[in-house]
Amino acid sequence: MNNLELKKTANEVRKGIVTAVHSAKAGHPGGSLSAADIYTYLYFEEMNVDPANPKMEDRDRFVLSKGHTAPGLYSTLANRGFFPVEDLVTLRKLGSYLQGHPCMQHIPGVDMSSGSLGQGISAAVGMALSGKLDKKEFRVYTLLGDGEIQEGQVWEASMLAGHRKLDNLVVIVDNNGLQIDGPVDKVCSPYPIDKKFEAFNFHVINIDAHDFDAIRAAFKEARETKGMPTAIIAHSLKGKGVSFMEGQAGWHGKAPNDEQYAVAMADLEKIGEELLKEEA
Amino acid sequence: MAENTVKKIATRESYGNALVELGTRNPDVVVLDADLAEATKTGVFKKAFPDRHIDCGIAEGNMVGVAAGLATTGKIPFVSSFAMFAAGRAFEQVRNSVGYPHLNVKIGATHAGITVGEDGASHQCNEDIALMRTIPGMVVMCPADDVEAKAAVMAAAEYEGPVYLRFGRAACPVINDRPDYHFEIGKGTVVREGMDLTIVATGICVGNALEAAEMLAAEGVSAEVINICTIKPLDEDIIIKSAKKTGKIVTAEEHSVIGGLGSAVCDAVCKSYPVPVMKIGMQDVFGESGSAGALLEKYKLDGKGIYGQIKEFLENGLCTF
Repeated sequence: MNNLELKKTANEVRKGIVTAVHSAKAGHPGGSLSAADIYTYLYFEEMNVDPANPKMEDRDRFVLSKGHTAPGLYSTLANRGFFPVEDLVTLRKLGSYLQGHPCMQHIPGVDMSSGSLGQGISAAVGMALSGKLDKKEFRVYTLLGDGEIQEGQVWEASMLAGHRKLDNLVVIVDNNGLQIDGPVDKVCSPYPIDKKFEAFNFHVINIDAHDFDAIRAAFKEARETKGMPTAIIAHSLKGKGVSFMEGQAGWHGKAPNDEQYAVAMADLEKIGEELLKEEA
Repeated sequence: MAENTVKKIATRESYGNALVELGTRNPDVVVLDADLAEATKTGVFKKAFPDRHIDCGIAEGNMVGVAAGLATTGKIPFVSSFAMFAAGRAFEQVRNSVGYPHLNVKIGATHAGITVGEDGASHQCNEDIALMRTIPGMVVMCPADDVEAKAAVMAAAEYEGPVYLRFGRAACPVINDRPDYHFEIGKGTVVREGMDLTIVATGICVGNALEAAEMLAAEGVSAEVINICTIKPLDEDIIIKSAKKTGKIVTAEEHSVIGGLGSAVCDAVCKSYPVPVMKIGMQDVFGESGSAGALLEKYKLDGKGIYGQIKEFLENGLCTF
């Protein structure tokens, strides 16, 4: 996909996020929207996956370590064809397979259940170790929140990944700067994030999380990096794409009401129209 | 004289040996440790299959998550640490990364209970059975001796899903060394028949319960002894059947009386055939430093201690708890 196609797809992913969370009357739009471009690039460009065969043995794996941003993952999987986009409105409802946090047993395309912060990265390390043991070519990607890296387990996992030289592993930190209680550097600063991963023997790349040229270059660089895992610190805007959610910690885990939903969708429609103009 | 010739082996030794046999048979078996391979006895596996042994360093929570990831790709990981850390420290990782997705991870927890001995209460885990049996879909096993420990490891590898295996540090007598021995997950065994009361025991307490039954027999009390290796799923039938015969149950375990075998047995009898149950175990207290033998004696979990508590139970005629 070229950048314009990626941008259009990411915009559809964002609409799916807002629609799902609005329908559920609960959920986490802020961190789903901030990571929408990363999700889109992974599933539409980077990863070897097959929606018709979600359990394909040698597929690339993705673990959503920041499991609360499941709406972002679900919308991406649905838009990629793993399940119907229409099902997104069943998010968090009784009887739906779209659980509040990713559940690998019931959701096509979900490689690992997650939700308790700090645990997904460990599972990703296990998958990458398995690939190395069997000399397989598949790659493993995991997305973490910048608040999540306050969990000590993240660094236990990183220590092992660096020690084992897992160059088939890419850790992406969605650095939107906000967590529930406020700015991450006010709550309990995780900075400097890049230097921390460097100290754990990672190759580290800082990027603008909303620039597809930068995203593309970073994942290419990660593929070319041998003998160490890569950490991509993706500097993002929480709530990206929805005017009143952008940069607001309050939209970490809150659903828009009907009025707000209309505004949010209008914002995204406008972005879509601009992209069409760009195309023309 | 007979006592001196009984073979004694710690079940953690059995665990390590069984893993080597498994590793030879099944290339998908991998073993994880958190800097305790020498103590958990998985060092023998590490020596035999260095590529399939992953030392995660002193980071048990991560180790459990790594095992979960390995399991998603078809590996059969055995996670090894002391019970305190495998079930205690890493409880939430076991619950969320292994239990919830029902992944094929086996947790080999050694150094369970007070027979850890000299290390003291910080390392004596008397809560692991309680913790593990609350996780939906988790199989919980506590083998009584070397024979049963090996059989349980083999059965765990065959079974698809999470399994918690509880092993001890101290050497204990081999009681199942007989040609007709058969092991099945979820099946208890009557190891001594009796009429007056039923002792339901697990782990190291099975051998001790047999000793107690022998002492009771000398006084004309006929005790039935049931060995429960699989605490979850519990063989309720064998317990109810025995309760119907004897009308009284004593449970014996090297674990807290809260939430362990005793509680599981109470859950079973109270719903279909209520009888008095006395729970022998750690009475809601922490342990302390001392030799394994001295601690079993002090906390009345050796043969003599179990015998003494049962005598009291019979004299009072009621459950003392």
